[in-house]
Amino acid sequence: MMNWLSQHRLALGLILGRFARAPFSSLLAMLVFGVTLSLPLGLYTLIENVKAVAGNVRLEPQITAFLSTGAEVGDARQVESRLKKLRAIKQFHFIPRDQALHELLQSTGLADVAAGLERNPLPDAFVIEPKSFNADELDTLRNELMKLPKVDKVLLDTAWAERLNAMLRLGRDIVLILAVLLGFALVVITSNTIRLQILSQREEIEISTLIGATDAFIRRPFLYHGALQGLGGGLAAWLIVSLGLQLLNVGITDLAKLYATQFRLLPLDANYNLSLLLFSSLLGWLGAFLAVGRHLSRTGPRA
Amino acid sequence: MISFSQVYKRYPGGHEALKNLSFTIAPGEMVFITGPTGAGKSTLLRLVAAIERPSSGSVVVSGQNIGKLRRSAVPFLRRNLGLIFQDHKLLYDRNVLANVILPLDIAGLPRAESMKRARAALDKVKLLGLEKANPISLSGGEQQRLCIARAIVNRPAIVLADEPTGNLDADYASKIMEMFKSFNQVGVTLLISTHDESLITRYSSRVLHLKQGELST
Repeated sequence: MMNWLSQHRLALGLILGRFARAPFSSLLAMLVFGVTLSLPLGLYTLIENVKAVAGNVRLEPQITAFLSTGAEVGDARQVESRLKKLRAIKQFHFIPRDQALHELLQSTGLADVAAGLERNPLPDAFVIEPKSFNADELDTLRNELMKLPKVDKVLLDTAWAERLNAMLRLGRDIVLILAVLLGFALVVITSNTIRLQILSQREEIEISTLIGATDAFIRRPFLYHGALQGLGGGLAAWLIVSLGLQLLNVGITDLAKLYATQFRLLPLDANYNLSLLLFSSLLGWLGAFLAVGRHLSRTGPRA
Repeated sequence: MISFSQVYKRYPGGHEALKNLSFTIAPGEMVFITGPTGAGKSTLLRLVAAIERPSSGSVVVSGQNIGKLRRSAVPFLRRNLGLIFQDHKLLYDRNVLANVILPLDIAGLPRAESMKRARAALDKVKLLGLEKANPISLSGGEQQRLCIARAIVNRPAIVLADEPTGNLDADYASKIMEMFKSFNQVGVTLLISTHDESLITRYSSRVLHLKQGELST
């Protein structure tokens, strides 16, 4: 155990020394890694933000039945009693037009606009939660609602939520493909960096092999090199995306202010960042593993 | 300790470096391999160190058949060998002490123990005052002694030396030979190749004379 630890300490010390001797090129390699990773990471952050906004929207189907604007209170009562008899409905509630206007003004800050209105342009509405989410049954229900007196319009408001969801899924798929492709590129880049490192240390490797070094001993410092480079790259990507969010947020807050809302892009939470660092270290490690493996496959007793 | 039986070594292109070589070296023996350049001395040593495998026949070192040795077993065979090269193969990016410690690091010895052993090895080759020096600043003879210190620091049972005195003047060469003799006296098996036959007449050791890849007595 002590032996194993000291071997790892030895390899790590060797690599940190190598980094210290060439800080500029090491940082540059990490930066390349970071810039490449920041692309899918940044996109993913944006998508997560949109998803967070969309998350406030209910995805269960909701049906809204609007009465015609000329409907009287008695008409609404009549519709209400008919709705109670429909078995396909789980529950519903009534939103009187005055309340609807009030809520709209509150949530959008369009009070100035409303002051210019002569009368309330909104109709009375019933918000209905159906028992079944089945598309056919929802359609039947919608047709039944349409037949009710004074019902002007029936909106099944799942369509846009589904569309948004589909778009988010598409976005995530794009990020995934991008991440896989760029991950592959990073493995190749690291593999190449490590290959050059191996070439510059060919003598040391050869001598070590001649005096009894195992493949693992030769491989270890390079694996650390790759993993640390990946880790540094992950940190760089995280920094780049954080800085990018800060910059974007300046503009976004201004824009949001114009719409009288508050919105800003939030960074991914700590778990994501941790997985990012783990993932990037793994990529670097893999690149190093491939490079050393290729070199080692050419050593050993010659026939 | 080392046994060759009907060993042939052919290189791609058809050059036959060793032909039908058979001999045995007992533990504790000191054996010289002589012969002109290109007679196969280095090839023979490379087979013993498992740097190359024989084309046919069997090479057995410390009970291990080199031809059938798994790649993963090679490092452990080599830790029991001390290799001394004509071109020294030192690392010039670190000091003298670090060069000697390398085999011990590879074997995974604790640092304190490594330091002690490395100093002892440097003492044996009389380089103790130069631990902090860079090998590049040493003379040819000193570099050769450093190479020897690195080969014996692991206390190997077998030491292989390929033309250890090749670039040294006669006085220096005989000092190195005396050093080998003293290793032999504590039980180390030595296999030394040299083209300088005058050097070995002083010793009563066995001589394997190679001529165009064959043993000639």
